[in-house]
Amino acid sequence: MSKAGWIRLVVLAAFFGAVEAMCRTGVISPKLVIAPTAMVEAMVKLLGSGELNPDIRQTLSSVGIAMGLSVTGGFALGCVLYWLPPLRRTVDPFLAAYYSLPHFAFYPLLIVIFGLGALPLIVLATLFAMVAMIMATLSGLDRIPRVLIKTARMQRLSLPAEIWHIRLPAAAPHLFSGLKLAVTYSFIGVIAGEFILSTSGLGHQIAYAYDNFDNRTMYGLILLVLCIATAFNLLVFAYERRLARQRGQ
Amino acid sequence: MTAVRTLRGPLLLTLTLLVAWQVLHQWAGDTALTAPLPTLEHLWEMIGQKRFLPHLSETGLAFLQALVIAWAGGVGIGLLLGGHRLTGEVAEPILVGLYSLPKITLYPVILLLFGLGMSAKVAFGALHGIIPVVLFTMNAVRNVNRTYLRAGRAMRLTPAQMGWHILIPATLPEIFTGLRIGFSLTLLGTMLGELFASQRGLGFLLMTAIELNDVQTILSIAVLISLFAVIANSILLAIDKRLHRGAAA
Repeated sequence: MSKAGWIRLVVLAAFFGAVEAMCRTGVISPKLVIAPTAMVEAMVKLLGSGELNPDIRQTLSSVGIAMGLSVTGGFALGCVLYWLPPLRRTVDPFLAAYYSLPHFAFYPLLIVIFGLGALPLIVLATLFAMVAMIMATLSGLDRIPRVLIKTARMQRLSLPAEIWHIRLPAAAPHLFSGLKLAVTYSFIGVIAGEFILSTSGLGHQIAYAYDNFDNRTMYGLILLVLCIATAFNLLVFAYERRLARQRGQ
Repeated sequence: MTAVRTLRGPLLLTLTLLVAWQVLHQWAGDTALTAPLPTLEHLWEMIGQKRFLPHLSETGLAFLQALVIAWAGGVGIGLLLGGHRLTGEVAEPILVGLYSLPKITLYPVILLLFGLGMSAKVAFGALHGIIPVVLFTMNAVRNVNRTYLRAGRAMRLTPAQMGWHILIPATLPEIFTGLRIGFSLTLLGTMLGELFASQRGLGFLLMTAIELNDVQTILSIAVLISLFAVIANSILLAIDKRLHRGAAA
């Protein structure tokens, strides 16, 4: 590991150690934050008891579906916009401002259209996450070096071959960051929806524990969500690294 | 002619959205989605009312404070991390990791730490906005062309002159992109913060309206926030593009 990596490890360990010490000695009241080890313990206990399995399954499947839809749909729409510059110029201001729109205002409408349950949450999360993927696809396609495309012309590649061998690999770094954002935004969409407008799922359980001052459960659940999101991001990151190494970067 | 050309896209988009809205209204009915015209009338009427102003100013104030913290803090930390190589290398993966966490899960923690009210909203908004500003500023400082610095040293510029004539012009376009993204995310964070456990502000009005299924009010507020977001974003985007064009020339 590099020098920076070691320092990072020490800094993180010191941070969590300090929080742990302050919680254990009572400098930080357990009503605010419980000790990190207690959070891990609570998470393991929650997972072991199995009482939240239906909620976990529901949230994860919602996030998974929303992620799949937003990544494939966002990629497809990004390609369409890339090939149609006039359309792109038209929707550009909308895309740029998209993430400051109050999506949750449209939830009642979604309930009327899709009924109660997981479906409106999935739609909400998909709409929320898709634009990140669209923008990542666009910036990836925009930044393909011209020399690569000229090379493809010289080799007389067919369009599918050009896309597969040149354009996709060249755009890959941006596509990956789009993928990571799509995961995060799917989580935000589903969990925020569950916070306010649902009666099941991890988000609802976190809000329920918060309302009942059940800090152990709340922090355990929060840690669980963060662990799942981070694990997925690390997976993408590791794959990204491997791709970069294969290309000798 | 150029004014017509630049305005054509946004106008077309607005028109398309209005038509889509009307069509959805015809299909879903008044209980799900009121028609565009009555909604806009309702919005106009609402803005005129005295009891609406405190909510608007509450949200505006929370957003402004969060924005100041995110921008000033972000640029400050970013300059520090960009200027000192090792610190930047240690911090970058941590920041990227934080950036891709679904921060919504941390909202109960923020509520516990800051209590109900203004400071929690400000903290949540700033938390969303600050990280992209830090990341962009850091990269801007790191990517300053070494030749410029050497040229400055050759001309024996004082540190102040160096900052004013070289560092600021060289880093400004990139930093501004960070500020623009930070703006959107701060607005998102502040709005999310207001949706849960808040007693004043537009988010609170929105939640009350959702609970009462007062569709007209829901849509009015959504339109108001969206208008603000889109207009502010277009202005920032225009400045951003101009800065980047200036830097490239």
